[in-house]
Amino acid sequence: MLRLLRDREGVSPVSFRLNAGDEAHLEVRPGDFRKACLFAHNVSGAPVSTLFAEDQRAERRRFFIRCVFCLRQERIWLVVSAGLDPEAPEYDSLANDIFSAALFEREADEMFGLKRRGAFDDRPLRLHPEVWPEGFHPLRKDFRHPGPRGQAGRDYAFRRVEGEGVFEVPVGPVHAGIIGPGHFRFSAAGEPVLNLEIRLGFTHRGAEKLFEGRTAAEALAFSELVDGEAAFAHSLAFSDAVEKICGVKTPEEHLLARGILLELERMYNHAGDLGGLATDVGFGFPAACAAALKEDLLALNGKLAGSRYLKGFNRLGGTCGLTVPMLDEIEAALASALKDFSGIMNILYGSASFMDRVEETGVLPQKTAAELGVSGPAARASGIAWDMREFSPLYRRAGFRPARQAQGDVLARLRVRAAEFEESARLARGFSTALRTAPRSGPVSVEPVEGCALGCAESWRGPVLCWVRLGRDGRVERCKVTDPSFLGWEGLAQAVPGNIIPDFPLCNKSFNLSYPGNDL
Amino acid sequence: MTRIFLESLRKGRLSRAVKASSAGPEYEKAGQELRALIARHFGRSLQIREVDAGSCGACESEIISACNPIYDIQRFGVDFAASPRHADALLVTGPVTRNMETALLRTYEAMSGPKFVITCGDCALDGGAFKDSYYCAGGAGALLPVAAHVPGCPPHPMALVEALLRLLDRLNTEGQPKM
Repeated sequence: MLRLLRDREGVSPVSFRLNAGDEAHLEVRPGDFRKACLFAHNVSGAPVSTLFAEDQRAERRRFFIRCVFCLRQERIWLVVSAGLDPEAPEYDSLANDIFSAALFEREADEMFGLKRRGAFDDRPLRLHPEVWPEGFHPLRKDFRHPGPRGQAGRDYAFRRVEGEGVFEVPVGPVHAGIIGPGHFRFSAAGEPVLNLEIRLGFTHRGAEKLFEGRTAAEALAFSELVDGEAAFAHSLAFSDAVEKICGVKTPEEHLLARGILLELERMYNHAGDLGGLATDVGFGFPAACAAALKEDLLALNGKLAGSRYLKGFNRLGGTCGLTVPMLDEIEAALASALKDFSGIMNILYGSASFMDRVEETGVLPQKTAAELGVSGPAARASGIAWDMREFSPLYRRAGFRPARQAQGDVLARLRVRAAEFEESARLARGFSTALRTAPRSGPVSVEPVEGCALGCAESWRGPVLCWVRLGRDGRVERCKVTDPSFLGWEGLAQAVPGNIIPDFPLCNKSFNLSYPGNDL
Repeated sequence: MTRIFLESLRKGRLSRAVKASSAGPEYEKAGQELRALIARHFGRSLQIREVDAGSCGACESEIISACNPIYDIQRFGVDFAASPRHADALLVTGPVTRNMETALLRTYEAMSGPKFVITCGDCALDGGAFKDSYYCAGGAGALLPVAAHVPGCPPHPMALVEALLRLLDRLNTEGQPKM
């Protein structure tokens, strides 16, 4: 591949090395960054998995921009990096050729002040111009706070749709339900929506900055607060990165326990989504059944981890462990959950008016999903059968197969969730059986060392990526969290046009993306 | 119509018995006390408007859990209003991010008095783990007068009932909450 890159593109790398087993780090000159990324994009056929910056001016007198692609066949992460000028960091924008890079570039711009040549969208993303003055980049190491709150006096430019009879419906950030904050601007003519622009960032808490300076163990606990409904997956992505940096091999017992909890997290959330879809078409009875099912699973979580949201169970190098009585409880709960679940699905699939609402609603075509870099259940419902759990030997041994639907509508996303719910129950039961006979040991002790790695866990929304750099003192220097929602929201924005506004809640729920995971 | 009726007779009860153990007798007891207090102070019900001011989503999930068929907080006279105009209380989650300050203040201003603010979850009290963030006010108390707090990360539905009980109990002895 390196030879191809040199011969065909005329790019000679500054350095190339393998890192932590499954990462290939390719550093190129800033002028070659765009070429190298385009090459990687074409070779892998993959969207940008994540793109982020690092401020390493203190150690290496450079800002670094890094773009990660997933080579699925080889099961390798390709990290293309370039060192940028410390005074005037600038690089060629990828977004005109690789759309999935666009949001990441806007993020790196506002967080680090990295300028892009030829960018088509230079609006800020999370630091709203109304309340945040220009020129303050929080993730720079020498960041100074702009001072107390107040209006910064600038406005955000929405895309305008013009024409006879076109009107705008602005919704949010405060919504009518018990739900996260986001602003949705519909442009409609008559009933169908012409354009939907989603503006987020309302729950931006500066999480990435708060990771910095913490010890690895403290940062692990903090990672569970990034997205409360995917707390375990986020914690797993972080511990995966740290374990890769330290070269730790987690014992089988703990891998199995993690597998069980990751699937339980998926199950309670998918159960909640079934109910959510029923609620959004005003179908109360299955919604109530699904709420009871979710509650049973949350109560089980509470017994296993001491937290209904599985916080505090995962450790660096292992877990708190599951005892045999706990496994009995898990298996009994899984059996009962499957029974309740099939009852709910019978009611939903058996209702002609429900099926009429979900069929052919909110279609996300496969090509669009691939170009936007949508992942998780939404991508799998649009024919992209990719699931990071296939990377894991544990899941491969268990005969894991990702769910797949081709239609890309609300029903397809519901079917993917339903298939995943059953598959999760099967996997968790298998892990539980294996755990009964696995040799028992405590977590491996992890001595944090200097280095960097990319951690990954397939949450119920899709892959959570976590790039971690530990410093010489073993503290976190940089933690870049990439939630699947970050690219997923644009998928929703593309699925809605052509539908009527009253179907928006249904489309939204079928994606069910995260506000805090996106906003960080 | 007859067909639907016969069909439902044939199917019998589809719902399952709610397990008495899941919510627990303490929850029932606290709930009944709450119901009596709400009847005294608010006539029939206490309407709450919930605003997410930067939570991680777990608090929302637990507030929704309080409305599920097991905890069913509505039967004690607590409900969640879709509009601040209909609300008696404002339930705030999250450390109050800079981007949510205006929306939170406007929601509060849209409520008619008497009204009071309840913070839900550790972040909403003082910022919690996000206290030192460059983008958080450090809890709802920095912007609004707070009358009660629901502790937890996230708070269990029981904690919500208990916090409402404490607040209304104080109303009993002190009259109006601070506004």
